[in-house]
Amino acid sequence: MDAIGQLTLAAIDGVLAFAIVGLAAGALSVRSLFTGVVLFIGMGLVLALAWVRLSAPDLALAEAAIGAGLAGALLLAAARRLAGPVHPQKIGSDEEA
Amino acid sequence: MKRPEAVPSIVRALAALLSLAVGGLVVWAVLGLPETAGLREVVATHMDRSGVTHPVTAVLLNFRGYDTLLEVAVLLLALIATWSLRLAPPDRNPERPGLVLRELVRLLVPVLIVLAGYLLWLGAHAPGGAFQAGALLAGAGVLLILVEVRPLGRLSPTALRVLAALGVAVFLAVALLAMGRGRLLEYPVEWAGLLILAIESAATVSIGLALAYLFRGDEPARRADEDGAA
Repeated sequence: MDAIGQLTLAAIDGVLAFAIVGLAAGALSVRSLFTGVVLFIGMGLVLALAWVRLSAPDLALAEAAIGAGLAGALLLAAARRLAGPVHPQKIGSDEEA
Repeated sequence: MKRPEAVPSIVRALAALLSLAVGGLVVWAVLGLPETAGLREVVATHMDRSGVTHPVTAVLLNFRGYDTLLEVAVLLLALIATWSLRLAPPDRNPERPGLVLRELVRLLVPVLIVLAGYLLWLGAHAPGGAFQAGALLAGAGVLLILVEVRPLGRLSPTALRVLAALGVAVFLAVALLAMGRGRLLEYPVEWAGLLILAIESAATVSIGLALAYLFRGDEPARRADEDGAA
């Protein structure tokens, strides 16, 4: 592979690595549960791309479908239950009490 | 709801230190790994006895079949545990789901089902397989739950439980049948491909059902008592 191609791949790898750590830190530190779950789903999708770069398409498929998609849906459902039965729309807002 | 701010800063500092220490340990362990191809050679030389041509599927469903058996069992266990919590059914949306969502689901669900079948079949010789196919089925199930359509509503709670346990049951049955001729999960070479397809088909249905019902959260029996509308 030529130098420019390798440089591009290295740049992509760097962006992926920083995006994964950044999204994970964001998912853990934001105040809103809803935002945290959305960041977690985003992290799962970037992680799927990282598995592709590591030549593991099987894991990439599983991560995108289960790790990001279904785990995200399950976490959103759990967040909705935590927010209480009466105001399901409250999960989108910070609870500044 | 408890916020992270409620945790004393000394505890958080200790947790951070512990995380950094464990993280450092993992990095050190990875850097210290010897340069080998792992089990790649062993898998490659035995591929013709696996019944499939995709090495990942050969490892997951044949060479290390009991790992996958336990994974499918863990998912069933998670479903049973969630059902035992006796959660209330998800809130009914007071308004009818929007036209866009309903039409999108109507178009997407058949595509998702076909794609799940494709991934299941593809698993024998390319990336794919039961977990990915089951996840797609579950995705279709979640979409249907969101628009409050219940294609499995006519099934009895018992039938739903049987479907949820089907993956583990077929996997265990094959494992025990294979034991009659050799050891647990040691398929006869000439039947391996067919047996793997049977296990993966059953597992796909169970995984899809389990993940979709985890999204719902409530137990089928209770719903059948509460609303017969289905």
